[in-house]
Amino acid sequence: MDCDRPSVCAMALATRTDRPPSLIGSVWRSTVGKKAVMAVTGLVMLAYLVAHMLGNLKVFFGAGEFNHYGHWIRTIGEPFLHHMWFLWLTRAALTASVVLHGVAAYQLSRRDLAARPVKYRRTRQRASYATRTMRWGGVILALFIVWHILDLTTLTVNPNAQEGRLYENLVASFGRWYVAVFYIAAMLALGLHIRHGFWSAAQTLGANSPRRDRVLKAAANGLAALLTCGFIAVPLGVMTGVVS
Amino acid sequence: MNLTLRIWRQRTPEDAGAMTTYEVGGISEDMSFLEMLDQLNEELILAGDEPVAFDHDCREGICGACGMVINGRAHGPERTTTCQLHMRHFSDGDTIDVEPWRAAAFPVVKDLVVDRSAFDRVIGSGGYVSVPTGSAPEAHATPVPKPVADLAFEHAECIGCGACVAACPNGSAMLFTSAKVVHLNLLPQGAPERESRVLGMVEAMDDQGFGGCTNTGECATACPKGIPLSSIATMNREYLRASLKGGTRRR
Ligand code: HEM
Ligand code: FES
Repeated sequence: MDCDRPSVCAMALATRTDRPPSLIGSVWRSTVGKKAVMAVTGLVMLAYLVAHMLGNLKVFFGAGEFNHYGHWIRTIGEPFLHHMWFLWLTRAALTASVVLHGVAAYQLSRRDLAARPVKYRRTRQRASYATRTMRWGGVILALFIVWHILDLTTLTVNPNAQEGRLYENLVASFGRWYVAVFYIAAMLALGLHIRHGFWSAAQTLGANSPRRDRVLKAAANGLAALLTCGFIAVPLGVMTGVVS
Repeated sequence: MNLTLRIWRQRTPEDAGAMTTYEVGGISEDMSFLEMLDQLNEELILAGDEPVAFDHDCREGICGACGMVINGRAHGPERTTTCQLHMRHFSDGDTIDVEPWRAAAFPVVKDLVVDRSAFDRVIGSGGYVSVPTGSAPEAHATPVPKPVADLAFEHAECIGCGACVAACPNGSAMLFTSAKVVHLNLLPQGAPERESRVLGMVEAMDDQGFGGCTNTGECATACPKGIPLSSIATMNREYLRASLKGGTRRR
């Protein structure tokens, strides 16, 4: 049978007893559905980061307060949840999000590059810097996440590495200038990623409309600025000796 | 005016192709871009050369056949079709690059002509309404509120020229597909196929090798008919709604 559209021809041959493809399967297979997965996982990570940033700012109120906060995180949900369960549930959700987000980003990017194999002779840059750097910015974020966990969660590469002494570990880590610089660079990348990403997620999930467009773009810029400044305050605090 | 043209020449779909330089003189600023190419072709034919192949039909901006990338922009510097682009937007002595649409789903047939039949296959998988045959229905039998009719019409203006695909860094057909989906899904006549339409057309769009959307907005900027970027958001909403409702493409 002559067939230039496999999906349609397969359809014609399928019998009625065939199980229809699952919702998850068909959504993941389509570019629109996969992008929706990216948007949802991106927003989950974004929500987490807002809480994370606010928690980090407690570092400016001294070692006692910050380490107490670190201890409290492990007790959230008790006595309903066992010690550390909330923390592990959060870690599981974040791991699932970052993996799904990264895999979808990789697969969609491969597809996108293949769909446009020949470049134009003369090109113009029009899309914003944030839009153009989503892929490489994402790679920087992925590397940063790995390093950040090794540094302050597992303490594998931390110079202080004392369990339960978050404050001292953090000050010791940012005491190395190149660590602070890498951290700040990653947070700038994060700000750019969110600047395009938040608005883009609204577009992807169909929540955008001509009426909401300006508000959403402003919210994206606001969130990006807030998170970047909030996160960068910590290494700057250590570098200037405000936090020591 | 006198112009230097650098035009993509490619004899066959398999040929490697290359930019070739031509000089044209005596171009009036009232000519359309296609008329300027006509003049070049007449000179090429007289000189015994092969004329530059390009698509065109209506020459009044409604058929969508005349797509080409001029100086890196789909349909050139103005927001219009190439047939409606006038030479007054160029200056004497300009060098103009002319290339075909570039997308994996739009293979070059010859020179500036590409095969856009991938669009037809997207339309064939849902871009229609099931109309009963027989006599024309009474015009007032199906009332449509004015704002809905206006919005549907805004999307119905799409002429399928492919500028959105050509301008998109991912060779994505999202703006084209969303224009059709939104146009028909808004209207009562399109309601019976509301879910299967969006699911079928998105699947066909992916099958044809178009890329995905990264919300760069190049498509809406290039569109000669002004299809808005919000059209894509609406299609995404329709797609997610249909997926949650039906789960699969039912026809
Ligand atoms: C693992 C590292 C990451 C990679 C490789 C990555 C990559 C990407 C890519 C390629 C896009 C699509 C950009 C586009 O369509 O133009 C994207 C979108 C997005 N990313 Fe990330 N990203 C990463 C981490 C993050 C993090 C930590 C957040 C949390 C704030 C995030 C939030 C978002 C959001 C909200 C979107 C928008 C989704 C959409 O367009 O619908 N990403 N990411
Ligand atoms: S020739 Fe018909 S739109 Fe240009």
